Amino acid sequence: MLEVRALSRIGLSAVSFQLEAGECLAVRGPSGAGKSLLLRAVADLDPSEGDVLWQGRERRHFGGPEWRGIVGYLPAEPGWWGDSVGEHFRHWPLLGDLRGRLGIPDDARDWPITRPSTGERMRLALIRALERKPKVLLLDEPTAALDAKSVAAVEELIAEKRRDEGLAALWVTHDEGQGGRVASRILAVEKGHARLEGA
Amino acid sequence: MDGSAAYIALDYWDLSLGSLLVLANAGLSLALQLGLHKRLLVSSVRMVVQLFLMGLVLTVIFTRLSPYLTSLAALIMVAFAGREVAARQERRLAGLWSYGLGTASMMLAAVLVTVLALTTALKPDPWYDPRYALPLLGMILGNTMTGVSLGMNSLTTGLHQRRAAVEARLMLGDDRRAAFGPVVRQALRHALMPIINVMSATGVVSIPGMMTGQILGGVPPTEAVKYQIMILFLIAGGVGLGALAAVFGGVQRLSDPRHRLRLDRLRTPKG
Repeated sequence: MLEVRALSRIGLSAVSFQLEAGECLAVRGPSGAGKSLLLRAVADLDPSEGDVLWQGRERRHFGGPEWRGIVGYLPAEPGWWGDSVGEHFRHWPLLGDLRGRLGIPDDARDWPITRPSTGERMRLALIRALERKPKVLLLDEPTAALDAKSVAAVEELIAEKRRDEGLAALWVTHDEGQGGRVASRILAVEKGHARLEGA
Repeated sequence: MDGSAAYIALDYWDLSLGSLLVLANAGLSLALQLGLHKRLLVSSVRMVVQLFLMGLVLTVIFTRLSPYLTSLAALIMVAFAGREVAARQERRLAGLWSYGLGTASMMLAAVLVTVLALTTALKPDPWYDPRYALPLLGMILGNTMTGVSLGMNSLTTGLHQRRAAVEARLMLGDDRRAAFGPVVRQALRHALMPIINVMSATGVVSIPGMMTGQILGGVPPTEAVKYQIMILFLIAGGVGLGALAAVFGGVQRLSDPRHRLRLDRLRTPKG
């Protein structure tokens, strides 16, 4: 279980919530409300106040890289460092199932990194994040640039990971319908203040 | 015959003849509306005043042969070089870090390499003889300054521009060493490239200033060459050491023990 206690940082007032294994919490709010700041604070990408615990153990007892092995983060604009798509994955051949489900062809491994469309990049980044098998996945508008078919594929894939592997998710979305479909509870963020709501 | 000759002294008339070339440049700037004539003249006057002052100061320091006076002159040179490094940064480290890191890196590299050369190869008596120590330090410092400023600038701008890529690696469980690696390698390449280019071109494309000075001063070319080779080796060592210290110091400052990228420790550029 992920437990967030009075987590705050510049631009975000103290927020507390728990995320059980297999649970998904939708994060909603207008642009600039502090949703991405919240995700970055949970991912430990920026300094923050308050406590974040995994299975009852405080985050500071985990090393940074170890923590980010447990908590994965898919930003709204994923970064790429290599020249080709394949360089960004540890074991491309083992990811055939994920690629097939998200509509990424096998030969994409050799594509130059400039070739994938925005939607393909987001799906590739999701595969890359899932390859590390995180226990918690922080998703920042993962389907914003996708067509309806791809949106359904991503929602279905995350639902399956939650059900079969106990993946917990914090899912930022502007789509109210999606929030209702993927999450059991909603965290509404506005002007840096967050409050929990029912589904 | 050893090929040596007495050097030809220049008088003020010779210098004023040379200055006609700068005046010609200023005239060109006026004719072509480049807007550089004032800066050309001001920088020329500055150069003349600075060099005459340096001549006077060096005359005093060379006469006294004091280790304290030599150290003070060296410290002032390093301090000014630190200021230059900080001024050349597009995105500076916040607070005193930009000046402090650049100055410390240069001091470490230039002083270490200069002392090494003085105590092992040149061996003047005493070893801190300012006639050898200060020109040597000046040459090493000038080049180390370029390397350090290029390295630091490349590191800070690289991390800023490639933030998403660096954080993507951090989020995939990489530590800062791995995540910052490509930017660090690029920064060190930028820092070392000028001295590599100089070494490649020296003797074919260019005759370095020091060697030219020695030859004009009557030193046989074969002896001047040996000095020049030694100087270039020392400069290469100083640049490498200084850039390494500055870039790795910068990495430490722009990350933290949680292996986070800390761009909040960069000052926002003006304008």
